[in-house]
Amino acid sequence: MSVPPLIACHECDLLQREVTVRFLGAARCRRCGALLYRNTGNSLDRTLAYSLGAAVLMIVANAFPIVGLEASGNRTSTTLIGTVQTLYDTDMTSVAALVFVTTILMPVLDVGAMLYMLLPLKFGWVPKGLPATFRLVQTVRPWGMVEVFMLGTLVSLAKLGHLAHVAPGVALWSFGLLMFLVAASAAAFDPRELWARVEALARQRPEFKSRTVSGEAAT
Amino acid sequence: MSAVTAAEAGLLVCHACGLLSRPATGHHLACVRCGESLHVRKPDSISRAWAFLIAAYVLYVPANVLPVMETGSLFGSQSDTIMSGVVYLWHSGSWPLAAIIFIASILVPGAKMVALTVLLISVQRHSTWRLQDRTKLYRMVELVGRWSMVDIYVAAILTALVQFKALAMIKAGPGAIAFGAVVVLTMFAAESFDPRLIWDPVKERHG
Repeated sequence: MSVPPLIACHECDLLQREVTVRFLGAARCRRCGALLYRNTGNSLDRTLAYSLGAAVLMIVANAFPIVGLEASGNRTSTTLIGTVQTLYDTDMTSVAALVFVTTILMPVLDVGAMLYMLLPLKFGWVPKGLPATFRLVQTVRPWGMVEVFMLGTLVSLAKLGHLAHVAPGVALWSFGLLMFLVAASAAAFDPRELWARVEALARQRPEFKSRTVSGEAAT
Repeated sequence: MSAVTAAEAGLLVCHACGLLSRPATGHHLACVRCGESLHVRKPDSISRAWAFLIAAYVLYVPANVLPVMETGSLFGSQSDTIMSGVVYLWHSGSWPLAAIIFIASILVPGAKMVALTVLLISVQRHSTWRLQDRTKLYRMVELVGRWSMVDIYVAAILTALVQFKALAMIKAGPGAIAFGAVVVLTMFAAESFDPRLIWDPVKERHG
């Protein structure tokens, strides 16, 4: 392994050799400047930790009301799924679907898939269907919009603040934290380390050896 | 040392996991590591991106003309388009909110569609004009597009909260559907576009 492996930039297709990156540094394409990979140090363990935290917060964020509102003795509050339900009931089916997919379905799939891959790897075995799960994460990730939803909630609160007494709910704080954990998990995740771990495990235990880990790189 | 791309070296990069492989001919190509289908460039990148983009342009009109929010109260009812919402916020003194909504809902989607149009046309003309800047432009389009969803979420939360039967009701309007479609379609357009096409003319020119 004296020659570092070749990689191609995903934005301009330039072939280049992998370089070692100092801790917290990043490797960039030398032609177009695209971010190729980072050295986040202990990537898989940290991603696992962030994902576990995100999973817990996700439950809280979906189970409790986001905001409560009080006007002239009337009180309402809404959970995230309640928001989707109201949109659905007011014949805004497509908007309801959009909100559901981007704030609940995609983030849950993202975190769920990460845990499904990383927990077993941590304990030394390769979960069934890991390649498909990995591809699922790549597809799902751009559509999870927790941070945008957070901004939308804050704007709504500010808008209503003039008219009525608004009370931020537990879920609002959970969403705020969830936003950071989801971002941290995405930033810490280095797919190269994931595949390196899978290959190392496959070498250790021949029963996992399959054609998916032969890793036939360019010469 | 001259620059060589994976395509020129006869190698395929996996979109999902980044593994380079040398294609075996004659059958469906899939990444040996993660199973993703392999292509030299995203298939039909330009026509797919155009299709999504044109659809987005068309829907941009109803998104801005139709009301995104309908408010009903004791004192009558009111419909707000995105722009009238911004104007209302501005006049009621909440200019930071007005600025957020204006940037996220009007500026960003408009700029994004123009940027994609520029990228698509320049790629089709095999332009070698400002390669790095155009790549950066693509990166920004990808990064910033999602923030346009803010207005949808605002309409959603207000709808859910303001349901006092007798006093006041807020309902998302038909403009919200068109606007949501614009955001989703431009995201699909950006995803279909292959930034490597920007760099492909480099080698053609230099032989």
